[in-house]
Amino acid sequence: MSTKYSRCAASATSSDATRRRLLAGGIGLLGAPLIAAAAFGNKELVTFEVAPGIHVRRGVDEQASAVNDNAIANSAFIVGRDSVAVIDPGGCLDDGRRLRQRIRALTSLPIRYVVMSHVHPDHIFGAGAFAADKPEFIGHARLPQALAQRGDYYRATLEKILGTGRSGPVIVPTRLVASEETVDLGDRALVLHAHGVAHSDCDLSVWDSTSGTLLLGDLLFVHRVPSLDGSIKGWQKELRLLKGIAAKLAVPGHGPVGVSWPSAAHDLERYLDVVLRETRAAVKRGVDISEAVATVGKSERGKWTLFVDYHGHNVTQAFKEVEWE
Amino acid sequence: MGIVHKVIVSLLLAACGSSAAIAAPAADDEEAARAGRWKELQHAIFADRVIHDGTGSIVIDAPQRALDAALVPVSLTLKGDKPIKGLYLIIDNNPGPLAGHFIFGPLADPHSLKLRVRVNAYTYIHAVLETADDQLYSVARFVKAAGGCSAPAGGDDERALQDIGHIKLRLPESVVMGKPLQVQLMIRHPNFNGMQMNQVTRLYTPAMFIRSIDVSFDGTPVIHLDSDISLSSDPVISFGFIPPHKGKLKVLVRDTKDSTFGQSFDVPALAG
Repeated sequence: MSTKYSRCAASATSSDATRRRLLAGGIGLLGAPLIAAAAFGNKELVTFEVAPGIHVRRGVDEQASAVNDNAIANSAFIVGRDSVAVIDPGGCLDDGRRLRQRIRALTSLPIRYVVMSHVHPDHIFGAGAFAADKPEFIGHARLPQALAQRGDYYRATLEKILGTGRSGPVIVPTRLVASEETVDLGDRALVLHAHGVAHSDCDLSVWDSTSGTLLLGDLLFVHRVPSLDGSIKGWQKELRLLKGIAAKLAVPGHGPVGVSWPSAAHDLERYLDVVLRETRAAVKRGVDISEAVATVGKSERGKWTLFVDYHGHNVTQAFKEVEWE
Repeated sequence: MGIVHKVIVSLLLAACGSSAAIAAPAADDEEAARAGRWKELQHAIFADRVIHDGTGSIVIDAPQRALDAALVPVSLTLKGDKPIKGLYLIIDNNPGPLAGHFIFGPLADPHSLKLRVRVNAYTYIHAVLETADDQLYSVARFVKAAGGCSAPAGGDDERALQDIGHIKLRLPESVVMGKPLQVQLMIRHPNFNGMQMNQVTRLYTPAMFIRSIDVSFDGTPVIHLDSDISLSSDPVISFGFIPPHKGKLKVLVRDTKDSTFGQSFDVPALAG
């Protein structure tokens, strides 16, 4: 995979084509008025420029609430010569609007791409804030199915937490990635890689070769306990592959805005190893799933924030996966 | 089987209607609505039969807040002196509330049952025990879980269908003839309940779920289960069994497509 990443990253787009695209889609949007801050609260969204042109908003390590507006995952945007790509547009409509406002404070370039790293609501429910930009909404080839199965339920749950009308719409991707695709922001190619079932069944990562930054979505958790909604063995496999990429910096889905790679994956790998090993042992001993939940992975408690909120679910998922081995 | 089907048909619409209509009423109202719901169900399933308080005879063990709504482990411990005939498990607010009806055969040890269910909304789970003298006893437990019925079976439908009908049986390492032992039965089956959507076709994956499970030992019934859409995908069920002698446990599973899956297992398990 690392070779594919570097190969695709080298591809370039002719400046003529770029100019045509600008004329066709960009001009009208440049004049679009900013939405007044008062319309969606006055909370200012703070971003950090972790690498030249890559800005990341740190999600808080909390559960979704009306106070945090579900801004609990990291969101990012990347500015190229001609356009902007958003990677995970935020946890609700207002969160997305604030992210858009932050982008507009820094650049007036058109927002051409909104990448949705996977189906979970804290990463994608801000997408509606970008609808007027008419970007390509990009997701894993399995994202539409996952959204069809869960989108309405996520939306209803979020409305209960945040208040009616505040979740934002379910945005279905307009462009799907089945294996790997490149988008060009103008002298800045981003490689989008569709992963096998890992954290979820529709994880998409972004590689910016210009700065050597890997934006991993929830394939990487740092400090905050991981949540497993795909395959524990699959996740280990994808991490092994990703570790082969010589990135200068990685952006996790939850945790600090920029971490060193691959060392920042060590805690996550250890967690997955412990959970898998101890779950297997529990299955072998013949204990049932509720007992496994109570006993597996105790050594990890205290090493992560939000441990009690997700760990039991993770063990349940792992148990389901290994009991048929 | 008949009663399970009838209850689904009569309650499917009611369940959908009521869950949509809930607009955060006060706690007392919610409690009253839940009591009303149980009254309806009680009438639909048991008609006018008296249901006694089962406290002390039945214990339901389930997580107060489910970790995974599509896989909520429920453990039932049944006590008391009277011989036990069967057990009904009812998940009040599920679209198909009657999750299962177990009938214990002569070789069952009817004191411990474990299964995994889907839970669609915050709900009471009722366990109703039926004794051999046709008396009913019930207890309830509240479970906070939501969304389990429409949760995907596990990625894509094709993958879920790959191993359909594969059956595993786990017995304790030491088996003593005449002494109760706990058997764990695992069945590969997606148990599509008709509430999961296939994005490619934009249609709901048609319901195809396990209708019944029969376990017998050399021809004598051990346990029979009429099940429904609330059973988790790849169901795992534990039950008590008293082996009278060496022999074969036979498992027969039938689903709504009338496909049958069967397998026999040696008791005690043959080494290797």
